[in-house]
Amino acid sequence: MTGHVAPPPVALPDILAEYRPKPGVADELFDTNGAIRPVWNLLIEHLSCRTPDVIEEHFARGPKYLRDAGVYFRQYSTIPAPEREWPLSPVPVIIHEDEWAAICAGLTQRADLLEMVMADLYGPARLISDGHLPAELIAHSPEWLRPLVGVKPASGHFLHQVSFEISRNPDGTWFVLGDRTQAPSGAGFALENRIATTRIFNDLYPRSNVHRLSGFFRSFRDAMDQLPGKQGRRAAILTPGPNNAGYFEHTYIARYLGLLLLEGEDMLVRDGEVMVRTVEGPEPLGAIWRRVDSDYLDPLELREDSQLGTPGLVNALRQESIDMINALGSGILEMRAMMAFLPRISKELTGAPLQMPNIATWWCGQSSARDYVKTNLDRMMIGGARDLDLPFDVGATTAQSEAMRDAGPDKLEAWIDAEGKGLVGQELVTVSTAPAYVDGKLMPRPMTVRVTAARTPNGWNFMPGGYARFGLSDAATAMAMQHGGSVADVWVVSDAPVPASQPVVESSAARIEPEALPSRAAENLFWLGRYVERIDAALRMIRAYHLRLAETGDPEDPRLFTLGGFMGNVGIAMDATIPSALMSLLSSAHNCASKVRDRFSPDGWEALQDIGKSIERLERSAAPGDDCARAMSILLRKVTGFSGLVQENMYRSAGWRFLALGRALERCDSIAMSTIVFADPGAPQGCCEIAIELGDNAMTHRRRFRGSPSPQSVRDLLICDPFNPRSALFQLDQILELARFLPKGTDGRPSELERIILPLQAKFAVADAEYLTADDLGALRMELSRASDVLWSIYLR
Amino acid sequence: MQYDITLTIEYSYDGASDHARNLLHLLPLHVPGVQDVTASLLTVDPMPQERWDGPDFFGNIATWVSHLEAIDAITMSLKTKVNRRSSPLGMDISAGLATLGSDIDAIQSLAPDAPHHFLGRSPRVAPAAEMTEFARQQIIEGMSTLSAVQAIGRALHDYLDFDAAATDVDTPAAEAFAHRHGVCQDFSHIMIACLRGIGIPAGYVSGFLRTVPPPGQKRMEGADAMHAWVRAWCGTDMGWIEYDPTNAIMVEDDHIIVAYGRDYSDVSPVRGVMRSSGGHDTKHYVDVLPVD
Repeated sequence: MTGHVAPPPVALPDILAEYRPKPGVADELFDTNGAIRPVWNLLIEHLSCRTPDVIEEHFARGPKYLRDAGVYFRQYSTIPAPEREWPLSPVPVIIHEDEWAAICAGLTQRADLLEMVMADLYGPARLISDGHLPAELIAHSPEWLRPLVGVKPASGHFLHQVSFEISRNPDGTWFVLGDRTQAPSGAGFALENRIATTRIFNDLYPRSNVHRLSGFFRSFRDAMDQLPGKQGRRAAILTPGPNNAGYFEHTYIARYLGLLLLEGEDMLVRDGEVMVRTVEGPEPLGAIWRRVDSDYLDPLELREDSQLGTPGLVNALRQESIDMINALGSGILEMRAMMAFLPRISKELTGAPLQMPNIATWWCGQSSARDYVKTNLDRMMIGGARDLDLPFDVGATTAQSEAMRDAGPDKLEAWIDAEGKGLVGQELVTVSTAPAYVDGKLMPRPMTVRVTAARTPNGWNFMPGGYARFGLSDAATAMAMQHGGSVADVWVVSDAPVPASQPVVESSAARIEPEALPSRAAENLFWLGRYVERIDAALRMIRAYHLRLAETGDPEDPRLFTLGGFMGNVGIAMDATIPSALMSLLSSAHNCASKVRDRFSPDGWEALQDIGKSIERLERSAAPGDDCARAMSILLRKVTGFSGLVQENMYRSAGWRFLALGRALERCDSIAMSTIVFADPGAPQGCCEIAIELGDNAMTHRRRFRGSPSPQSVRDLLICDPFNPRSALFQLDQILELARFLPKGTDGRPSELERIILPLQAKFAVADAEYLTADDLGALRMELSRASDVLWSIYLR
Repeated sequence: MQYDITLTIEYSYDGASDHARNLLHLLPLHVPGVQDVTASLLTVDPMPQERWDGPDFFGNIATWVSHLEAIDAITMSLKTKVNRRSSPLGMDISAGLATLGSDIDAIQSLAPDAPHHFLGRSPRVAPAAEMTEFARQQIIEGMSTLSAVQAIGRALHDYLDFDAAATDVDTPAAEAFAHRHGVCQDFSHIMIACLRGIGIPAGYVSGFLRTVPPPGQKRMEGADAMHAWVRAWCGTDMGWIEYDPTNAIMVEDDHIIVAYGRDYSDVSPVRGVMRSSGGHDTKHYVDVLPVD
């Protein structure tokens, strides 16, 4: 323990006036002699010469960036899982590059050690037979996956990406709190934190000599491409889906690194190879960077009830046909009790002690360790031996131990005796503090740093920086971290300027062959197109309804009766001023979009969010009649804005074509449907006007026909007019145009989709609207529905 | 005893699947000194596009089959000749219950038959206070592990009713125990939970039982379908013994071993995943004939 920390000198700036590191606790800003560590000088000076107003104005940019970028954090606790703002602490944690290099050296040894332990536990298990690890500790852990025993990793290594949670001892040295080897998260968040923090310190950052993060990602991506057996095959990131806490990060990394974003159902195993289902048929994958826990990956051999997996995957691994990052079963290394044995295992396997110690841990299954824990209870945290969470995450066992402690030391000791094999004692460690901005001042708050490493052909490569977790209270014990406050960027700084960015290979003009679109992405884009068009149609119907209501004031008006009946039939029952169906259509669209965020521009996403917010606002305020009709016009403009983004800005990829196909099929069908009802000669007076209004064609009708709309003129304009974007024929032309570019057989014949659409197009191109009947339109709808089925069975399943 | 065994399992599905993958545990195991498999033929109809026979973690012969095209039914047929030797129990050289723990701790191994795999929780068996308590009531101080296993097995046989209609393959052991009924799978899962609850390593054995009893003996329960029983580890000297709680007997040459596991999930005869909607229907025929 260090002695009393000297109070900060008088000359300290105002912002540090209340910064008092606790005695016996290391601090990142002040060294053990009470002097500011030189790496912080620039930042403190920067903050000191600004007024609190200016500082807060700058600090507000961080959260604003994260909000705009759509960075969010999902919590599992409630259903439906709410998206919560990413809790950014604006002041970075600053570490000198020399100190960082020493940290990385220690963790390189640890990463290599973990690889050796993994290879042993899924291989000869000599650590067990030689008595360095108790057999039962491994055998009773659900993380040790028996089907993977004896399976060698195709890549030659079990671990490719690992993270470590570290902090600083009171004596200034660093130690490890936990290893993350299953599917370490946070790398993408670190990148977002960095961007947000550079927005805050836009004037300071460029002259602070901070090591850049982007090179880390590039080199990991390159390393993935160089894994054995890849031969130009695609690499994918495997996500549990939009309900997972890390989903944003998965989409972000997929976009950033150009990886396929897949869920288990996107893949199938054929001839021992893992394939991705695409619109061009199954294509073999080369590497999977999984963000799904091992146990969920194959319902055939692992968890039976998993909905996230791909049956047969374990067998593909057995045949060494795919690189898995990290190998399945790597969660066993995260077990808390492992910490009790790693110091000795290090000496055994590498001949050297751990360069960076880990949190002192005792497995209570051994009598000497158990006795030690019992006699030192007041400085121990008791937790589950096979728990995977970090020491400051309080799981059920830890909570139980605290309850026992409250009940008296005898109770706790008896419990440790009874349950010993399932328990560990971990030293009640002290973590260091670093500055957090609280009410206009910097205050010391406990923190830990997450360090991430990736395997490259040249060995472990560390992300220079990353993120730090801050505890809320000022107590510097690990336990104070449990309520999880916020995260901050970590700056690794050099004394001399660092290159602005690692050299990037400039593209030549040579194009890359476009990659086949995964079927599920195509399906979600197709449905997104359909839902957005459905929303457009619904808005027009609701507007027409309220306009008529304002006009007559009579809900029994025959036109309102027909319109209301029609709306009921298409699922937009007028159950409120703004029918509830509108919001559910929007959430369906949102749901589809959320699954293809890696293929979707942030602007498009933002536009969709904005529509939702507007509906919520208008639902509260819009009054029936004129007011609601106006509200619908506002929403229509927003939907048009979204469609415009898609139409004007989206690259004409296969994905865009499926979205456009969904839209065209939906619009064509919706026109046919409303024409059947409203251009019916038997419909009440004024229904033809409704048809024209739903088609947004009032002006065009006046220009193209003399007199008021009739069933014949409406059918001509809405069905047979090749120049009206809201006519069935125009949409059939669109579908044909899109169908020409869809993948198809090479025999030169029209695709199955074209074979359905071509006759329809011909029929309506030459039809005389005078003689068109409701049956013709009914038949059109049947064929459209068949076209949708064909699309599904050929491309989307 | 030499046996001719035939087994047919039929599944039919309401909706055709476009992709089916099954993991089968049907081929009997060669157990040195206990059971020799003279010949085995396992056929799957329709013929799968992929098939692979190989050992699983526990050394059983697993069969992986996949159908890449739509199927609405699948039939697995097994014909096999097995020579099951009688393995008389001999003297009780099992560890005392009090010393069993140190025998277990001394085994520094994760080999498939190491006792460590068979304690604690497994996918289908979680120790539960009521079953542990039931087990405790059957043992007395100074008892040997073998006597404890037999006492608990006999007590369970008396306590539970055999009822083929009361449970299904997914019924948890604790539920079957609470309702005091079930089939061989439930009897075995309950006994495993009881034994593990008092620290005796216990596993699940799937297999066959001779259909026609020896002259003058009663037909045993569980002979119409695949059968299941329990094995328990009785200390370093005695090792594994097998007990059939459904019939309250030590396992001898009436039982033909197919696979060893921690519980049903490790050795399910047919474990399948298919992409389809709707339910399915199963039929199951077994014939186990002694050959003289």
